[in-house]
Amino acid sequence: MIPAAFEYHRPDSLASAIAILTEHGDEARVVAGGHSLIPMMKLRMAAISHLVDLQKVGELRGITVAGDTVTIGAMVTQAELIAHDGLAKAAPLLREAALQIADPQVRYMGTVGGNVANGDPGNDMPGLMQCLGATFTLAGPGGSRDVAARDFYHSAYVTERADDEILTKITFTAPSGGYAYEKQKRKIGDYATAAAAVLLTKAGGKVATASVAMTNLSDTPVWSEDAAAALMGSDCGDAAIKVAVTAMLGDIDPQKDNRGPIEFKRHVAGVILARAITRAWSRA
Amino acid sequence: MAKKMQISLTVNGEAHELLAEPRELLIHVLREKLGLTGPHIGCETSHCGACTVDMDGKSVKSCTVLAAQADGATITTIEGLGNPDGLHVLQRMFREHHGLQCGYCTPGMITRAHRLLQENPAPTEEEVRFGMAGNLCRCTGYQNIVKAILAAAAEMNAKEAAE
Ligand SMILES: Cc1cc2nc3c(=O)[nH]c(=O)nc-3n(C[C@H](O)[C@H](O)[C@H](O)COP(=O)(O)OP(=O)(O)OC[C@H]3O[C@@H](n4cnc5c(N)ncnc54)[C@H](O)[C@@H]3O)c2cc1C
Ligand code: FES
Ligand code: FES
Repeated sequence: MIPAAFEYHRPDSLASAIAILTEHGDEARVVAGGHSLIPMMKLRMAAISHLVDLQKVGELRGITVAGDTVTIGAMVTQAELIAHDGLAKAAPLLREAALQIADPQVRYMGTVGGNVANGDPGNDMPGLMQCLGATFTLAGPGGSRDVAARDFYHSAYVTERADDEILTKITFTAPSGGYAYEKQKRKIGDYATAAAAVLLTKAGGKVATASVAMTNLSDTPVWSEDAAAALMGSDCGDAAIKVAVTAMLGDIDPQKDNRGPIEFKRHVAGVILARAITRAWSRA
Repeated sequence: MAKKMQISLTVNGEAHELLAEPRELLIHVLREKLGLTGPHIGCETSHCGACTVDMDGKSVKSCTVLAAQADGATITTIEGLGNPDGLHVLQRMFREHHGLQCGYCTPGMITRAHRLLQENPAPTEEEVRFGMAGNLCRCTGYQNIVKAILAAAAEMNAKEAAE
């Protein structure tokens, strides 16, 4: 299994990377860690004439935590994200999720930018970014623009990003309160059968704010406003969790595949969300 | 066919300049152009870890790295860790603790374990299992692989303490 032939580019700045994309249009594609793209190229499911490697584009690197604003460069790898203590303190939800992505070898190569730009419903970071209410910055020939993660995903592999745009960074406000990322998978290293990201804050023994997002249960990540609304103002007890799970089930649309039939996936989604809520509440 | 490109690699301490098509995979360059057949091809689909090599201080599945991406990289394969005349402590411990049966997964296992112990010199059993999750073995049931890695860590730490 070898990819079809392509021309390889390794620009050393964002401007030259964008220039190559502009010149070659939809014949060109960027490669970050390559751990979603290269398998697709080997299977000849992605045909690319010009491959633009971002490894030397310095502008896309680095994590900064300034006050409660967190910025993650697109080329930050999962391994770098996990190792960053400042980030783990500001937003422990990210490390908890990243440790459940793939396996060590894949995490050394796979980037946060590639994970969210890919558009594969199986990726874990898109749901997480919806839960956090993150903002993606896209740079193209006409300059740069910000897109909310919650507006970024249109359908499987179809996103708000234009062919000549590069995702440069992800920004979000460090969440307070409790958090949890729960993922059910067939084996370690696998994509989710169902996964849930939950953020909760507590005031006077009741849920003050809530955010809930689900992964691999539709052709895009699902940010379930109804599930969050069901929790707000409640004591986060069994009854409230049941209402939230029912609300979430109204928002997802899983398909039958080698991870199981629809009924099974809906069942697992409910179990996983209940666990995530319980754990987030215990940390709130 | 795309043009070949000049690629520089430092492999097991030796500098190489070679011509490769950008689409060639690192595993093929290592095995077929440099004759390093220690890293194996198991699944070819980024799952099994048999092709694991060390690239710039990271364990990577070399079936999922393009030769072009690796241009300029420093690589260590199992051949660079030890040889029959001077086994690496991990190799000795895999032998002693029966960490292999058919041996197909072993070069990838040991190369990965080497990096794991660089990053975490005294791992717990659980950390070994988590850190080795990208390498599959169809023979051993993993018990003895974990034992071998823990024994290697203990010996490396004992040696360091004595020095
Ligand atoms: C065995 C295995 C198991 C895995 N398990 C999981 C898992 O459990 N959960 C999970 O989330 N992922 C999983 N993955 C996928 C892995 O996390 C990928 O690394 C990730 O999806 C893509 O990141 P990348 O840097 O490798 O991107 P690439 O493969 O390089 O790129 C992916 C896509 O995004 C585009 N892209 C990349 N960077 C940018 C950018 N900055 N701007 C615009 N477009 C960009 C590329 O053009 C390409 O279309 C797994 C992969 C493997 C091989
Ligand atoms: S051959 Fe590379 S992971 Fe299996
Ligand atoms: S010893 Fe046979 S696959 Fe591991």
